[in-house]
Amino acid sequence: MTAVVRALEAFAKFWRDFLIGDAPELFVGTLVFVGAALAFRHRGGVVLVVLPLIVIAFLAGSVLRGRAKS
Amino acid sequence: MNSSTLVLAFAVFGASAVEMVEALTIVTAAGVTRGWRSAIEGTLAAAAVLTALVIAVGIPLARLVPIDILRVVIGALLLVLGLDWLRKAVLRASGHKALHDEDAIYARTVADLSSRPQGTKASPPPGSTGGNWRHGPRDATGFAVAFKGVFLEGMEVVLIVITLGASSGHLALASCAAGAAAVVVSIIGYLVARQLSEVPENWLKLGVGVMLTSFGVFWVGEGAGVRWPGSDLMILVLVAVFAVTVALLSLGMRKLGPSRAPAAVGSGHSS
Repeated sequence: MTAVVRALEAFAKFWRDFLIGDAPELFVGTLVFVGAALAFRHRGGVVLVVLPLIVIAFLAGSVLRGRAKS
Repeated sequence: MNSSTLVLAFAVFGASAVEMVEALTIVTAAGVTRGWRSAIEGTLAAAAVLTALVIAVGIPLARLVPIDILRVVIGALLLVLGLDWLRKAVLRASGHKALHDEDAIYARTVADLSSRPQGTKASPPPGSTGGNWRHGPRDATGFAVAFKGVFLEGMEVVLIVITLGASSGHLALASCAAGAAAVVVSIIGYLVARQLSEVPENWLKLGVGVMLTSFGVFWVGEGAGVRWPGSDLMILVLVAVFAVTVALLSLGMRKLGPSRAPAAVGSGHSS
């Protein structure tokens, strides 16, 4: 039982580190991106501009946050 | 094979090469300090487990989950991974984070393994003396360290193979690209008989990060019902957009400099 619990804890830790790690803003940004894709999927021109911009904005914000922590 | 398939193969190959270089450092340290037989057996055992994971998870995923849901979820996973790689690579490229130093990691691992009780003598690399590693004694620590190193580094590869392969219907191609990278890095590592510190890891991570992010954006959009102009060709457009973004970000961050100003001389404060 202990081995199973340890394996489950390791599995949960892997996914937490993978999805959130030391940059939770990227996880939040991805959720915002998915929401925007679903919301604007039928608005062709808007989608082409808004979706990449969301990614760029969250990446730039995360890099600046990384600089502040360094 | 169209352009998006080629980009996919390059992305998987590049990502796998980066992770395998990191795994090679750990395996080399384990081999030199604990014996090559256990290090190589640990590596092969981890590779077998990872291959089984790709087959056990990748094939059912591609067959059983509706493609739109698969693309949104997998696209999101790729986006998180790609953005994380890009963030770290930009910080390293602009000097705000130390470059990944395989020599330092190797030295630390060797020091740690050498300090543990040994059942075997340290042995020279298999490529240097033609030593017969197959008949060498076994060492549990060497096996465990090599297994864990290859398994942990390989898990990201497995995720990339499954996400890219399952979403595009090219699981076999993605697996072959990952396998090819592992073979290439292993052969080079065997021939030079040490960790590969000259590989431009940060450039590779920038390139792979751009590709993973582009695929993530494309597939979340596809799964959500977005009609990308040019269909698969849009991936190349996204790669170009994010490559330019990353270049500008790296340049901008370099110009910004460190976030804290250095302490004034004679002020009595230390940073």
